[in-house]
Amino acid sequence: MAVSYTKYLRMYHMPHMWCPGCGIGIIVKAIIRAFDALDWSTDDLAFVSGIGCTSRAPGYLDMNTLHTTHGRALSFATGIKFARPDKHVVVISGDGDATAIGGNHLIHACRRNIDITLVIVNNNIYGMTGGQYSPTTPVGARAATSPWGNIDIPFNVSELVKGAGATYVARGHVGSGVQLERLIRGGLTHKGFSVIEVLSNCHTQYGRRNRIPDAIDLIEHISKSTVSVRQAEKMSPEELKDKYAVGLLHQDTERTEYCDDYNKVIEHAQLER
Amino acid sequence: MDNTEKKQRQVVFWPGNKVVAEAAVAAGCRFFAGYPITPSSEIAHVMSKRLPEMGGKFIQMEDEIAAMGAIIGASLTGQRVMTATSGPGFSLKQENIGFASFIEAPCVIVNVMRGGPSTGLPTALGQADVMQARWGTHGDRPVIALTPSYLDELYNEVIRAFNLAEMLRMPVFLLIDEVLGHLSERVEIPDPSEYELVERPRPTVSPEEYYPYDSSQGDVPPMADYFTGYRWHTTGLNHDKTGFPTTDPVICQAEEERMERKVSGNLELIEKYEEYMTEDAEIGVVAFGTTARAALVAVADARKKGIKAGLLRPVTLWPFPEKPTRRLGQRIKAMIVPEANLGQMIYEVERVAGCNGPVVGVNKIGGVPIYPGEILTRIEEFA
Ligand SMILES: Cc1ncc(C[n+]2csc(CCOP(=O)(O)OP(=O)(O)O)c2C)c(N)n1
Ligand code: SF4
Repeated sequence: MAVSYTKYLRMYHMPHMWCPGCGIGIIVKAIIRAFDALDWSTDDLAFVSGIGCTSRAPGYLDMNTLHTTHGRALSFATGIKFARPDKHVVVISGDGDATAIGGNHLIHACRRNIDITLVIVNNNIYGMTGGQYSPTTPVGARAATSPWGNIDIPFNVSELVKGAGATYVARGHVGSGVQLERLIRGGLTHKGFSVIEVLSNCHTQYGRRNRIPDAIDLIEHISKSTVSVRQAEKMSPEELKDKYAVGLLHQDTERTEYCDDYNKVIEHAQLER
Repeated sequence: MDNTEKKQRQVVFWPGNKVVAEAAVAAGCRFFAGYPITPSSEIAHVMSKRLPEMGGKFIQMEDEIAAMGAIIGASLTGQRVMTATSGPGFSLKQENIGFASFIEAPCVIVNVMRGGPSTGLPTALGQADVMQARWGTHGDRPVIALTPSYLDELYNEVIRAFNLAEMLRMPVFLLIDEVLGHLSERVEIPDPSEYELVERPRPTVSPEEYYPYDSSQGDVPPMADYFTGYRWHTTGLNHDKTGFPTTDPVICQAEEERMERKVSGNLELIEKYEEYMTEDAEIGVVAFGTTARAALVAVADARKKGIKAGLLRPVTLWPFPEKPTRRLGQRIKAMIVPEANLGQMIYEVERVAGCNGPVVGVNKIGGVPIYPGEILTRIEEFA
């Protein structure tokens, strides 16, 4: 069935502020398709972000939207979800927003297993502020602040959140919108903290400095760097170097969810009172 | 108040931090997020027990920044929310406090002040966050800070803090110090029938007609709870009445000025102070919080010695009580300003008092209270 995008978009705020060809558009489209597939009421959805190009996404969606401070989106989202566990809370965050300034909030949201879905747009750079290196910029890559090549070892975001306790971890990329929609939908329906890392293109700030200035070329470059989870299982660590496994990487349906656990605390406290 | 009503009051002997927590619960607070820090932690201890009993929510976040974010998120769903901290945590919260001010989210922030900068004196009193409370976050925004001196008063000021936050859609600070947080004294708990709990203004129009920052609705525009069909946008960028970002200088100016008017236009509601023997005073004393308790004794002792001293005690420290300070300042020979810092509130006194004589600080840090004798000595010097 055709998706009615205008049902979810605040059309009166178009055109959006992203560069033509930016991967964030593809990701927002996948998010909308996932919402639509689930048929959730926009009244029951909160869409929260921090600061960055990525974080401008909530402004364009017609739901309860909150554009917060840099790195802190998950803490605001935690307040919303904990106050209203019956509603859906989704967060979108850039790689800098989520894993640098917001890194502490990220690991603790994972640990708590609160039922929030986080989409991390990993474009390997600080897009909005002019292309400085981020915690996911590859070694050797050029950025506005690494003119001689980056020496910082990047995070593997999906492994990081898995290690911190996220109970749904998936990686998608902007070269495959169909798969991305499926992975996001999986995260939305998962009860617990779910993270979808999306490999995305910032051709303007990252590509331009690293000899792939064209959006399509960079999306192709990203696509070529991916292998399916199934393929990856058969590959040696040597072969997997510089490759990213995409698909559902981890799901744990056994662990209890934070708000459910707290409801038990309430029951207990009211009995003892 | 007649005696029959008084009888209904529960009398307790509680430490200040417990008074804060219990008064918050009485004020309808059902959401608390915090991060442990001396000398405020007991507030979190009590909240973690009491809130689930009331069906409310307590969460210990990973740091103070996150605690501040969490209460703002919960406030957007319509809850009455609070966090509590001390100096270092208050510093960490500042960016999100500015955010709450700008999106106009009601919330109460308790700062149980310790001594010193940085980690300072975690277990001892200080009053050195006067200016941080006023100017701690970047940019302009209105500020309300309440500084009670007694535990009876503290209970009522906590309730007032929630009401002001809700009525004016803004963060309200409760600035107390380690001594007030930890001392125990007799508290008469007012019966709920004795006070009113005021809710934030909520929209009466349909979602289609709703603007979250609609100045035609007055300086405090109605605020829709999340998930009630209004689907509004909230951002820390300068925004127009719709809530969406704008860079239009005229709108930016008008909106920030409207925010300031929430305080400057509601002084009667917000301002609170107590005067003691100021009528014929020749030496004025201005002091807040527990320091004002010592100042009161000093003024009474001065009177016994025939010195006409008088005390002005701001219960609302921000906005600063300009009118009574000026009224007092213009009549007296000298103004004494004791405070447990190296001189912060004194800037305000100097600015507004219009005093012909000297304005003199009594400043003591190091975690020990200012004693009445130390204030009296200064009073005598200028008598
Ligand atoms: C406290 C704070 N520090 C720094 C900034 C400046 N800043 C804005 S966006 C940004 C980085 C954005 O990069 P990322 O999170 O990767 O998102 P992208 O723009 O690439 O989508 C920074 C550093 C800020 N707004 N707030
Ligand atoms: S700067 Fe990069 S991340 Fe930002 S909109 Fe442009 S392409 Fe996208």
